[in-house]
Amino acid sequence: MSQRSIAVVPRGVLVLFALGLAAQIGLKATAPPPRAAAEDLAPAPSIAALRLASFGDPVPLGKALMLYLQAFDYQSGSKVPYRDLDYDRLEAWLARILELDPRGQYPLLAASRLYAEVPVEAKQRSMLEFVYRQFLLDPNRRWPWLAHATAIAKHRLHDLPLALRYARAIQRYAVADNVPLWARQMEIFILEDMNELETARVIIGGYLQSGRVKDPAELKFLDERLKQLEARTAGKSPGKN
Amino acid sequence: MPIVASLARATLLEAVRNRLLWLAVVVVVIAFGLAQFLNQVAITESREIQTALLAAPLRVAAVFIVAVFVITSMVRELSDKVTELLLSLPAPRSAYFFGKFAGYAMLASILALLSALPLVPFANSQGLVLWTLSLICELLIVTAVSLFCVVSFAQVVPAFAAVAGFYLLSRSMAAMQIIAGAPLQDPTLTDRVVNAVVNLIALLLPALDSMTQTAWLLESAPSVGTLGSVVGQTLLYLVLICSAALFDLYRKNF
Repeated sequence: MSQRSIAVVPRGVLVLFALGLAAQIGLKATAPPPRAAAEDLAPAPSIAALRLASFGDPVPLGKALMLYLQAFDYQSGSKVPYRDLDYDRLEAWLARILELDPRGQYPLLAASRLYAEVPVEAKQRSMLEFVYRQFLLDPNRRWPWLAHATAIAKHRLHDLPLALRYARAIQRYAVADNVPLWARQMEIFILEDMNELETARVIIGGYLQSGRVKDPAELKFLDERLKQLEARTAGKSPGKN
Repeated sequence: MPIVASLARATLLEAVRNRLLWLAVVVVVIAFGLAQFLNQVAITESREIQTALLAAPLRVAAVFIVAVFVITSMVRELSDKVTELLLSLPAPRSAYFFGKFAGYAMLASILALLSALPLVPFANSQGLVLWTLSLICELLIVTAVSLFCVVSFAQVVPAFAAVAGFYLLSRSMAAMQIIAGAPLQDPTLTDRVVNAVVNLIALLLPALDSMTQTAWLLESAPSVGTLGSVVGQTLLYLVLICSAALFDLYRKNF
């Protein structure tokens, strides 16, 4: 269908269009920008409702919900820790997103690196426990987030028993080949920090004897570590002096 | 303007003869039955569940019916050359446009009232009045946008896709603006460009996300000022979209 010249359009229509466009832009430009407030985080819907809403394809919904949730810890680009955020609701949202998209790492990244770093100890601990519970559901894929949680427990919370629990879980359950040496050895270092040298020595010894360590460099490193620990244990023991 | 009134009456008559109102009644009855069923299942907050699960699907159904009817009716008129016949009458094209728009607007208002009927036993009355008036406003915007799209595209599928995209985008724009404005790292140039584009699109879209809220039916009704802003936004957007549609209609060579 061909078009006629703009000249045939009545001037009133053009004026109305220009006025309408200017008024619409003016109205929206002067309106306050939309903001997500901490108290606005609604309770997470049930997983059944979310599955229904996903129309049989839960992964995109999980990804979109994570972006939605993310908007509650950052406002208009400014980093604001949400001390007032309801962490029970937050955990429920993160858990639902992980149920929708179990292979997705984003919720656990957010949990361990964003929500667990608010300067409120109780909230940090609840988020670390959330990471720990989720790690147990898929240890070989989710170990990095528990490793970060271990570091937070050790260096921020200064709670070595808690860090040891997490490190021990990584050592015990994350058994895939791609789990690096440092992650599996966190338990030993924490035991050393706790001055439990004998336990650390026994663990390394058992680890070497188990045959799970195949890499020569890793074997050498652990062997040296074992020798250091034996020397330190001997130095501590009064009977050997 | 007798031609505007005649066209509006004819458009409404077409809706009645297409059994559109019967369709609306059937949708209302099905939604009501579904809400009653869910009421039996719910352990608590049954009134809230009934209200929410009635209001939200009825609003979406009303939007869908209005958009599909406007688009298919206009495309059929174009295909049957009825549009050309009507435009040959001694009246300006704007009379044709406003006649059609008035007819569709009356249908939209009737649909909004029908959608509100099953909510009467559950919702608070003031909230329901505001919800209904807001739904009328929302449907008027959808009507105008459907007319604009069908005048521009003259085909069912592109016009409907454009209206659906417009509606979904308008309703989710505030959430998109929040997400776009909240990058995890320091914003890069791409982040800033994306943010600016999203904000620019938001300027051109009506604030549908603040209209026809189910929460109005459940909690205390919003102030009349809320309705004022809804009506103001509707009037303004109708001026914009109707003038854009008229611009396109005047330029078309039939």
